[in-house]
Amino acid sequence: MSGTFVGMPAFPKAAHEAVHNATLRGNLRHATHTIRAKRAKAVTEVSDWAELREAGKRIKDHTLRHLDRYLVQLEESVTAAGGTVHWAADADEANRIVTYLVKATGETEVVKVKSMATQEIGLNEALEAEGIRAYETDLAELIVQLGKDRPSHILVPAIHRNRGEIRDIFAKEMSEWGRPAPEGLTDTPAELAEAARLHLREKFLRAKVGVSGANFMVADTGTLVVVESEGNGRMCLTLPETLISVVGIEKIVPTWQDLEVFLQTLPRSSTAERMNPYTSMWTGTTDSGTADGPSTFHLVLIDNGRTDTLADEVGRQALRCIRCSACLNVCPVYERAGGHAYGSVYPGPIGAILSPQLRGTGSEIDASLPYASSLCGACYEVCPVAIDIPEVLVHLRERVAQGGQVTEKGAKVVLKPAKGHAAERAAMRAARWAFTHPAALRTGQRLASRTRRFHPRTLPGPGMAWSASRALPTLPAEPFRDWWQRTNGGRTEQGAADGARADGNGEWTGGGEDSGK
Amino acid sequence: MSSRDLILGRVRRALADVRRDDEQAVPRTYLREHGERNAAETVDLLAENLADYRAIVHRTDTAGLPGVIAELLAAHGSSSVLAPPALPEEWLSATEVTRVADRAGSTPHELDEVDSVVTACALAIAETGTIVLDGSPDQGRRRITLVPDHHICVVRAPDQVVPSVPLALERLDPTRPLTWISGPSATSDIELDRVEGVHGPRTLEVVLVSGDGGE
Repeated sequence: MSGTFVGMPAFPKAAHEAVHNATLRGNLRHATHTIRAKRAKAVTEVSDWAELREAGKRIKDHTLRHLDRYLVQLEESVTAAGGTVHWAADADEANRIVTYLVKATGETEVVKVKSMATQEIGLNEALEAEGIRAYETDLAELIVQLGKDRPSHILVPAIHRNRGEIRDIFAKEMSEWGRPAPEGLTDTPAELAEAARLHLREKFLRAKVGVSGANFMVADTGTLVVVESEGNGRMCLTLPETLISVVGIEKIVPTWQDLEVFLQTLPRSSTAERMNPYTSMWTGTTDSGTADGPSTFHLVLIDNGRTDTLADEVGRQALRCIRCSACLNVCPVYERAGGHAYGSVYPGPIGAILSPQLRGTGSEIDASLPYASSLCGACYEVCPVAIDIPEVLVHLRERVAQGGQVTEKGAKVVLKPAKGHAAERAAMRAARWAFTHPAALRTGQRLASRTRRFHPRTLPGPGMAWSASRALPTLPAEPFRDWWQRTNGGRTEQGAADGARADGNGEWTGGGEDSGK
Repeated sequence: MSSRDLILGRVRRALADVRRDDEQAVPRTYLREHGERNAAETVDLLAENLADYRAIVHRTDTAGLPGVIAELLAAHGSSSVLAPPALPEEWLSATEVTRVADRAGSTPHELDEVDSVVTACALAIAETGTIVLDGSPDQGRRRITLVPDHHICVVRAPDQVVPSVPLALERLDPTRPLTWISGPSATSDIELDRVEGVHGPRTLEVVLVSGDGGE
């Protein structure tokens, strides 16, 4: 999928187009508000949410700080259990490995479990180019694949589509890929789910190769975990003879016990359920006598920018992400702009800090992503592993505006400041000068106050875009410092201060219990 | 240099600021289970949460189990039932429905022809309404509880019922292939609203069997 994101316009342009799409905004608003309320309820059910969140954060931090050790341990455990481990430094290498493994089976089609990692590396396109057809089997991925569309949400890639649009896509496109949609298909969700069930079943039953990601990899046991709802994951993980799992190196947890934290926080954060309908856990392959599931298992571990992210002491916390998508569902920017504007398979707040780190800030879209936020902090509040997304956003803004040292493909390089921020830097330099020269500041403030009748309502030149959607603050008739000196800090001025105090207190003390009767 | 060494080298350089002896213990101050319940109350909670996610819950004792299973198969209109190799013989003793064994050579298409499957389970989790299968001989291969559209799962209550996820993981063996099931197959992919019934069994019936009646 990543291929289709190449050449995306910067976030402000893409978002500008998206917010004018009334259908899209309606679909997003409906879906995100539905899940928001449900998530809050699911979280309230567990009284120790704060402790689970802290433990999740600490487990992930500990793992990342000793990632080399746990990777080696995982490799040993998976190998001992009958699996084969491959290492891929970037997307191209991962695609080459998977293509080679599929070709070695002699098959020309694979069934896929929804996986962010394989979207990130553009696996479907790479396989297609080699004559291998990859069938997405998650309902939302199927909607995206049939609609020749791009995913716009981590958990529900077709969140931007409403039921009517899904019906139209199924009715029109299913016959191109296999079993056509039933005659007279309506837009009730149950009927749409049934159409997907029938369409995909023939593919599951004949599939010889399955491709998946994983939510967790347990280092000490070599166990992989896939959390899902529909059963398409179980189909792909158990029916084929060969299973290829493509997983980011940060998906490790050290011990089996660690799952007790994430299996409580992930379902509640993502689909707002106490537990998702199906979770599959497998450790290598089983003995042939009691064969259960694929007889051949390959694990492809991918870096693709993760070690570069790990090298950033502030930004590395993004690697704690367990892809629950709670931050997308609460984000006011995501709700209005939609997932496509982020130009990445990782949209929303987590995408705004993950994409510019995994891909670097070289492109227009990646340099604009750290600004795709109002820094309201709702994403941090709901994050089940406590990623301080606003902190990383500000950190990345600094990197874009000022440049500095970063790691790219394992090598340290020094970034130049981005071109588009010259005016901002000039303004900041001017402000620094003014604030360190009190006399000049005072003169300037007085001048500004006296000329305030002549100030424009909008900014001229490049500032016009900024003031198009914002009201400029009006200047007071008198600078604050002058007022403070003239009135001795407000003490010699009658009325105003006393009145404010009386108002505030009067409301508060008189209300409370009495008012309810 | 192999990609393995390349990646491990990058990881080590990226962590240059981290002391190798930095071993902070993870604070596990969260609860082992939520609330205090006796065994019967834990089973009640399981039943409640299973039903909340649209599993159909039945209760019986050991003597009544074959009758309940026979009724459920009849009510579903099943003419064939898959049975894992070590399913207790008596469980299917009251039904006339054709019993199908899961052979190593059975194809997925053959499994797709079967109407129902009856299994035991490894354990059940009350707080989340989850049953866990571990591929033991009374549960069979993972695929038999996946392809047929109707799954009847027998839980021995209260012995197999644990209160919480942490207590469940303690009792499970990671080397076995595990399937955690919480209600029938579902999706939230259409407008983030839950719809039951996609690829897995669309009907999940859980029979809670109390352990009296001469075991």
